[in-house]
Amino acid sequence: MASNDAEVKVLGTWSSPFVMRARIALNIKSVNHEFLQERLWEGKSQLLLNSNPVHKKVPVLIHGHHTICESLIIVQYIDEVWSSAPSILPSEPHERATARFWAAYLDDKWFPSMRAIGMAEGEDARRAAIGQVEEGLVLLEEEFGECSKGGPFFGGDRIGYLDIAFGCFLGWLRVTEKMSGIRLLNETNTPRLLKWAHGFCSDDAVKDVMPETEKLAEFAKMIKGRVKGATPRT
Amino acid sequence: MADEVVVLDFWASPFAMRVKLALSEKGITYECKPQDLLNKGPLLLQANPVHKKIPVLIHNGRSICESLIIVRYIDEVWTHVSPLLPSDPYQRSQALFWADYIEKQVYDLGKRVYVAQEDQAEAKEKLIQCLKTLETELGDKPYFGGDGIGFVDVALLPFTTWFYTYERSGNFSIQESCPKLIAWVERCRQKQSVSDALPHPHKIYDFYLLFKEALGVK
Repeated sequence: MASNDAEVKVLGTWSSPFVMRARIALNIKSVNHEFLQERLWEGKSQLLLNSNPVHKKVPVLIHGHHTICESLIIVQYIDEVWSSAPSILPSEPHERATARFWAAYLDDKWFPSMRAIGMAEGEDARRAAIGQVEEGLVLLEEEFGECSKGGPFFGGDRIGYLDIAFGCFLGWLRVTEKMSGIRLLNETNTPRLLKWAHGFCSDDAVKDVMPETEKLAEFAKMIKGRVKGATPRT
Repeated sequence: MADEVVVLDFWASPFAMRVKLALSEKGITYECKPQDLLNKGPLLLQANPVHKKIPVLIHNGRSICESLIIVRYIDEVWTHVSPLLPSDPYQRSQALFWADYIEKQVYDLGKRVYVAQEDQAEAKEKLIQCLKTLETELGDKPYFGGDGIGFVDVALLPFTTWFYTYERSGNFSIQESCPKLIAWVERCRQKQSVSDALPHPHKIYDFYLLFKEALGVK
């Protein structure tokens, strides 16, 4: 097993929400690490192809001689290795299962529907995609009410697994709001999430890795130009 | 107080089989409640309001959804008997990675094979590649979990009950391309916990023939 002192590197891109998860988790644990930026549009580096031969995707966590792939698996690995630092996952099994459930929902359903807003052809398709995203946000607003136990985060007093899993998408959510002209997080439907989003983005573990909305919006326009309708899929 | 463990089930679902297999491996007594998937009842809708799908595990009145999340929950609650995940964080991350790989590939590719549309040939090729990759990962170990059944075995074994259906509908042999993987299947089936939890592949094929339309086969 790699010792806690072994070198830690994250292979990724500044714009990927999935890469952000790994960096936030390391920041929570105060683990010094090197961020190796891939320029995916210029072709994948040999390091990436060697460390993630199956999927060839970022993020990859390199810890000593170990490589770990898939963002949520990386977050769980970080939580387990640096176990004396603040916990990321809840300790109770049912709460852990609930956090994992919502993280899977975000990855399998919610984020794809948000990406679909940008790619939708025709007003009907766009409205349908927006509707799905808004429905998901209402569910998450309810879940926040249940699991935050009065604290500012899904994890309670501190950022936890679901905060990381969801919060990493806030940059792209803001870009989507800007480009669509719709406030997806708002005081009417999602007052708690609105407050949570602000708290999450201001947190010390997050603020230096969350990209600025303007920069992300420019990036979105650039890649849309290169690959019609695509938002980065990492 | 005795644990109350209920599984909302559908016998042919590989996802539900994962849950039953995990419980069976750990020797946990549970009540199986088969669900009508074409006419979903209030129990299922209440237990899984977001996805309205089986399997659901209801443990002392609290529901857990999504098959691999349920299996992890089972492993964490009944932690002292037949552990499914390794205790070392790196080994765990590898097991989780391969279970995730299975999750992303096998069901969709298998479905594209048995639905038998224009993309069947491509799906067959990709399915074989996927199974070969898993066979390489298995290597010389008796099980993916090492000396005993582990998380990755539980993730993949249920899909092997559908192999006969994939082969018949796609007219190919998985044994030919992946003999070591088939040897692993046979080794697992020798275990009581596995044969208790998994139906015979021919029963799955009969189900497929009966319900072709409902399964999306045109």
